[in-house]
Amino acid sequence: MSSASDPMIGIVDLRKTFTKGKETITIFDGLNLAIPKADFVAVMGPSGSGKTTLLNLLGGIDCCDAGTIEIAGIRIDRLSEGQLAHWRASHVGFVFQFYNLMQMLTAAQNVELPLLLTRLGGKARRERVEAALAVVGLSDRLKHYPKEMSGGQQQRVAIARAIVSDPELLLCDEPTGDLDRRTADEILSILQLLNRDFGKTIVMVTHDPAAAQYARRALHLDKGHFIEKELAA
Amino acid sequence: MRSVLLQMLAVTAINLRSLPKRLWLSLATVVAVGLVVMVLLTFLAMANGFQRTIAGSGAEDIAVVLRGGSRAELNSVVSLDQVRLIEDGPGIAKRADGKPQTSAELYVTVDGIKRSTRTKANLPLRGLGPQGPALRQGIVITAGRMFNPGSNEIIVGRALGGEFEGFDLGQTVAFNNTRWTVVGIFSAEAGVFESEIWADLPVLQSLFKRTGAFQVVRARLTMPASIEALRSYSDGDPRLKLDVMSEADYFAQQASSTADLIQKLGWPLAIAMAFGSLAGALNTMYSSVAARASEIATLRAIGFGGFSTFVGTLVESMILASFGGVLGAAATYLMFDGFTASTVGGNFGQVVFHFELSLRVIGQGLLLALAVGLLGGLFPAMRAARMPIVAALYG
Repeated sequence: MSSASDPMIGIVDLRKTFTKGKETITIFDGLNLAIPKADFVAVMGPSGSGKTTLLNLLGGIDCCDAGTIEIAGIRIDRLSEGQLAHWRASHVGFVFQFYNLMQMLTAAQNVELPLLLTRLGGKARRERVEAALAVVGLSDRLKHYPKEMSGGQQQRVAIARAIVSDPELLLCDEPTGDLDRRTADEILSILQLLNRDFGKTIVMVTHDPAAAQYARRALHLDKGHFIEKELAA
Repeated sequence: MRSVLLQMLAVTAINLRSLPKRLWLSLATVVAVGLVVMVLLTFLAMANGFQRTIAGSGAEDIAVVLRGGSRAELNSVVSLDQVRLIEDGPGIAKRADGKPQTSAELYVTVDGIKRSTRTKANLPLRGLGPQGPALRQGIVITAGRMFNPGSNEIIVGRALGGEFEGFDLGQTVAFNNTRWTVVGIFSAEAGVFESEIWADLPVLQSLFKRTGAFQVVRARLTMPASIEALRSYSDGDPRLKLDVMSEADYFAQQASSTADLIQKLGWPLAIAMAFGSLAGALNTMYSSVAARASEIATLRAIGFGGFSTFVGTLVESMILASFGGVLGAAATYLMFDGFTASTVGGNFGQVVFHFELSLRVIGQGLLLALAVGLLGGLFPAMRAARMPIVAALYG
């Protein structure tokens, strides 16, 4: 039986570099990180500090040069591209700054996309989609297209898409970066609810100190290393 | 497996629904492929129509006898003695009065003026006896009457009369300094004989100074298999250096060389054009992949596999090409199906025929369109499948 103190994310001696022309830029060199299950962590730091790169590595859409990345007991740094795709489908939900919804699909069709990777039948998929959209308060927008919704509503659809297949881990890249304060607070409240009531582990990259207040703790990335700051609940 | 299929369907649906964003580029590809298919189908319909007109005219139970090695009536000479020997040959059906059902005929070419282009062309003028029409399938006098023996009268095939001027009922025409009156129009089940002019054999022999000479003997066989007996008889008699074949085989051989030539012109031209449309399809699909980079990366991040992205892009390309194929086939059908044309047949006379788009011909056009779609989509699809997720997500 898992508990909140069980590790969800374990990073050991992580090394990540980028090559730009003839120059090699080191992002992480010996980075270590441990995040327990059901934690809600805000990752902050200056531009270029590697926040998004960290998120991409945790989500298995980028790979490291050295070190280990273990998510819920699985060494994802050892998985092939195909295995990573399978793993992402069932273990991770992504929330992007600009929502990344398919403009030609309705809210329900967008949310259904991750379920197409499961064995669920059409009826079960519809039920899951409706439940996910209910969690984010969009039960009445199933058949609306993204262009018919506000930014906040689109981000809610993106969150519904991220949670519809019930992953343990949500990775949010500046989820409120494109929203006004009031709408941002609504989105962050939903993330808080997902963490508190549904036990989702959330790693959220943000520049916004007010957004970070919704997390249980904030980690500041600076020159490839973390500085932890406790936040008031 | 079900999941992979659902993924492919989802990616394909997303690709197709985003087509309006790339409307003009996609339409250009559809039109380019459509033009390729149209060119190919026009040539194939021409070859098909020509072949059907000629090959459809031959019967299995009619023997055609020509001089050995002549291959066509115009090159052939059959003497009166040889005609008599053939009439006595085995396997030839007899009339009620016991005489053989044969027709020795003379075949010459005369000048005609094409109505559409007003250019000169060679027209076949055939001299035949009273049994001649009965040895052909479905000959019906549709207007006027049969020519009278011993007169300068002609009857004209319906297709020839429609395509060349001066052959309306009652008109007179001049051949070889002699005036001839059109007294009848006949049909021949749209076969090759509808492209001929018929006159009384002795009159034609006399006026063309070919008395006693023939070019072909037609004979009705007791059964199709009797052709072998007649051929053996001819081969075994040194006085008969003749080629004996069924009318069906004769016309099939006549049709194949011209139809082959038309096809040999059509395919290379269509393939050369297909390369041009292939470049268009590649351009469209690379643009499609570039425009959908963020969507593709998002789907991959969610967990969609590279294969579904590959298939989705390929299917989009093939659907565009299919639309082009259908457009080309429809345009060819509307513009050319049933279109009447004439060309030189195996006998060096004009053969009037209709362009004919069969399902087989349309199938060939659609296959070419799909090939363009497949090749045009292959490399862009590979790019879509291999696209680095992070680079595409963050542009």
